[in-house]
Parts: sequence; structure tokens; C-alpha cells
Amino acid sequence: MATIFWKELADHLGSKRFFILTLIILVVAGTSVYLGIQGFRENPGGVGPFVYLVLFTSSQGGLPSFLSFLAFFGPLLAVLLGFDAVNSEFARGTVSRILSQPIYRDSWINGKFLAGLATLAVMVVSIALLVFGLGLFSLGFPPEGEEFARLLLFVVVAIVYLGFWLALGILYSIIFRQTATSALAAVATWLFFTLFLYMIAGVIADQVAPVRSDSPAEQWIRNENIRDFVLRFSPVALFEEATLPILVPTYRGLSILVLLTQPGIPTSPLPLGQSLLVGWPQLVGLLALTSVCFAAAYLLFMRREIRIS
Amino acid sequence: MIIEAKGLRKRYNNVWALDGLDFSVQEKEIYGLLGPNGSGKTTTILILLGLTEPTSGVVRVCGHDPVREPLAVKRLVGYMAERVGFYEELSARENLRLITRLNGIPELEAKKRIEEALEQVGLREVADRPVATFSHGMRQRLGIADVLVKKPKVAILDEPTSGIDPEGAAQILELIRRLRDEEGMTVLLSSHLLHQVQRVCDRVGILHKGRLVAEGTMAELTGPRNYVAVIENATAELRVRLEAEEWAVATEEMGPGRLSVTLEEVGRARLFQIVAEEGGLVLELRPRTHTLEEIYLRYFQE
Repeated sequence: MATIFWKELADHLGSKRFFILTLIILVVAGTSVYLGIQGFRENPGGVGPFVYLVLFTSSQGGLPSFLSFLAFFGPLLAVLLGFDAVNSEFARGTVSRILSQPIYRDSWINGKFLAGLATLAVMVVSIALLVFGLGLFSLGFPPEGEEFARLLLFVVVAIVYLGFWLALGILYSIIFRQTATSALAAVATWLFFTLFLYMIAGVIADQVAPVRSDSPAEQWIRNENIRDFVLRFSPVALFEEATLPILVPTYRGLSILVLLTQPGIPTSPLPLGQSLLVGWPQLVGLLALTSVCFAAAYLLFMRREIRIS
Repeated sequence: MIIEAKGLRKRYNNVWALDGLDFSVQEKEIYGLLGPNGSGKTTTILILLGLTEPTSGVVRVCGHDPVREPLAVKRLVGYMAERVGFYEELSARENLRLITRLNGIPELEAKKRIEEALEQVGLREVADRPVATFSHGMRQRLGIADVLVKKPKVAILDEPTSGIDPEGAAQILELIRRLRDEEGMTVLLSSHLLHQVQRVCDRVGILHKGRLVAEGTMAELTGPRNYVAVIENATAELRVRLEAEEWAVATEEMGPGRLSVTLEEVGRARLFQIVAEEGGLVLELRPRTHTLEEIYLRYFQE
């Protein structure tokens, strides 16, 4: 399996596809972090104790925050790493050549998945380190222990999240024989979860619990809950909900409405363990989605006839 | 027996690709599986390699069952697929390196084997060019190099010469012969190109609709050797006299006064005598080889 892992890893890291997408993510992430730093300089007192965490979550000057950017564009990169993993091998006729060597069939698919995951990990870790460096350079003070721990946790969750999209890409590469079809399906799924589901969730919520400007608060909350319920089918929303408490220590998983209508709820930062508890269900959901997706790809691949006809 | 198959059946979506196939290959022989497209050659090969499972039947390759011990079989068998695929962006050498790594061959040994194999198939000069630039014939030779670096006991080649020009095909056939003569491998190859198979195979099996319809050495399949004579100035009496002879197989009128006679080898001298006595002339006497093609057509016209 090691041989396959290293070959695939070399392929990924050397591919133009990976280079272009990483470049896009780097540029935009760098910009949003830079603007975050600018904001901090103008108003040093306004961001609270966790400056480095704010760099990842603040949105300035119309640019989305680093977090939502990763949630939105990371999947595209991950899915594009996986969408032709298996069908291109069938198309090139390399399947029987590799599988007639003394290796187990599953070590091939495992090697491919792990290599993709390692590629994504390299990307996420290097971007996180870059943000650290940028912060260190322009702020002049290092992150605290807790900030570091939270960021590490964030990186792990991000890798699991991207792993879901990678597994989805590989799954499509097994289902669809044509690489073009699987690429289209992959991009369509990505658009559905990142854009359309948000619209659909709003529409459904408004249908089930319509709100007007003079509706009571309960109705507004009901509307919001339904919206959240629908959104949680999307790994994108799960990822955002799972990482928000990690990166925003004051976040309690309660909507702003609850905070407004129920005075007396404290807004001080939570300890790391408590923050983790807030996002735990989403985290487990994300992990389950990734596993199920990969398991489906694995099973399909193991049962696939090698015959090309 | 290096390869043994008994009562092999394989079903693909309600179609029996193999329907009770029995055959066996002995050590150090070149065995040709012949048959038209869709007769089950590739299916047979995939089953032998453990890449697909038979619906029923027993297979043994070097004493191992490919269904239960696919790894043991894959360690001993080198395989070249029809239209073998390579990683296009990697060079020939890198493609071979991948195979040696997957086989767990130590780096030093692997390096030696790769150089030897590239030399043998005549690709040394282009070994560092990406495979994307290779012609079909070169790819096919690289496929043979794939088998060579593995040094297997058995080489299974699926349509090794299909789609290659005659010169390239001759090179491949020569390489196949060397796999057996110099490397001591047992070779199983499949093809639908009879005249090529005829040149290298010790034994052939003819597959039709998933069954073996004939099997044997070339001599066994082609039968005794006959001759054809063309006679001029042939009279009706001559024809009658010839037809009375035991060794005459058939006579046929080819035009006014021209006769063609098919005869067994023993009758050659008598033929000249009889023809001369009747005032005829033997224009031509040539051996008539049953080509495999005739046998092939005989089976497939049924």
C-alpha cells in the first residue's frame, strides 16, 4: 500500500490541478487574513483575547472569512482530487496492470484515499502555518497555548471535512465510467450543498413557519430551527457549526435570537472542552458522513468487475 | 500441469461468457488460446489471474486457487492485458519501477532487472521519455518488459499482437519465444490472429462460445499432409484411372483439359507415371498445408 500511497501523493502534489486550486485558496485566504490584521491594528481592543482565532473568522471589506472560504472552496479542491481516481485508471487500462501485481485490491483504494487525504492535510496545515507566520510577523506576539490547541483542532476537523469530499469524489469516480460525468456530478453536488441547500432551507422554513415583521419571537425561532434542521443535511453547514465553537470561544450554539430574547445568558468565552461539547454532534455527524462515503466507495470498488467491455 | 481449468463457467448479466471450459497448460510450453472476439478468451485469463471469479468450476495456477489465494497466483504470474495501459506522464523506466515496487523487489535488484528488460525489448534509448509519446508497438513491448522485470513462472498475454504492424508483431512473437527459451517461462497467450499464433505456439486450444472445441499441437490439428497436383492435357480416362487409386483424395475439373488432383504423400511417384502414360503433363505439384484458418473456419461455420 505504501507504494501506491507515495505514487498517488506524488501525482497529486505534482498536478496542475492541485497547484491552481491551492494558489487560489492561498491568495484569497492570505488576503482575508491580511485584512483581519489590518482591522485589528485599527481597533486593537475590539476583538477580545483570542486574536489569532479572530484572524480565521473575521470577515472584512466584503471578503468572506477564512473559515467560510475554506468551507466553500476546500470541497472543490478535495472533490477534484478524487473525481477521476478510479475511472481514469479504467480508461487508461492501468487497472488490470496494477491489480495483476501481488497487492490486495483494497490496498489500492485505501492508498488512493490516504494519498488524497495527505495532500489535503499538507494544504490545510501549510495554510494554517502561513496564517500563523503572517500573524507573528505583523502582530509581533505569539499565539497563546489555548489558541494553538483550538487551531490544531480546527485543522483536524477541516481535514475530516475535506476527507468527506474526497471520498465523495472517489465514489463518483467508481459510479461513473466517464471522468467528465463524474466531474460534473461532483461539481453539481458541491454547488448543491454550498449554495442551493441554503436557499432551499430558507424556502422550506418560510413555508412551514412563515414569519412577518410583527411575528412573535417564538415563530422566528421556529423558523430558524427548521432552517437549521434542513441545513444540517449538508456537510458544509455541519462543518461550519462544528468549527464555529472551536474558533469562536464565546459561541454557545445558540442563535442570536435566543441571546436577544433570553437576557441573562453569559457571553464570556467558554473553556476548550465546553466549546468542543457545543460542536460535538456536528463533529460526529461529519465523521460519520466521511466514513459512510468512503465505505460506499470501498464496497463498490471491491465488487466492480475488472472487465472493460 | 502449471495451469489447469475444469468445468469453468462464468456468467455476465445472463450471458454465459464461459460454458464449461476445460484445458490445461504444461510447464515451459507456449499455449495459444484461439477464438473470435467474444469467445471468452479474456474472461478465461481474468479468472486465471484471480481478477474475476468463476461462477462455477475449478482453476489451479501453479497449484494455487486464484479465487482463494489471489496473491500467491499474482506473485507467480506476469500478465499483459490487451491494449495494456501505462501512466502516460511517467517514463518507461518509472512505469517499470512501479511494478518492481509493487512486487517488493529490492531496489538494487530492481534496477538491474529494469535495465535488462529495457535492453531485451529494445526500448533503452527511449526509456526516459514519457509513455505518452510511445507508439502502439512500443507500448506492447513495454508490456513485455513489465512481465520480464517480474520474472514470473508463467506469462499470460492477452492479444499481444493485435493492432500492430507485421514487423512489430514479428518482434513481439520473437520476444514471446524468448520468454520461454531464455527465461524458462510457461506462456499462455490469446489471439484471434491465427497465422501468428501458428508461428510460436506449441499447442493451441480453439475457443468458441465459451467452450474448447479443439485442442492439440499444430500437427494434430492440421492432420496428415496432402499434395495438390495440376495436370494439363487430361483426358477422361486419366481422371477415371486416378480416381481409382487409393491415395487420390479428390479430383476436380479446372477448365478444358485441366485437372486438379488432391493426393496423399505416398502417391506422388505413381501420379507422374500414370499421367505420363495417358499423355498428360504435370504442371505443378505442391504440398497442401491445412492452415489453422481452415480448421478455424470449419468450426465456426457450424
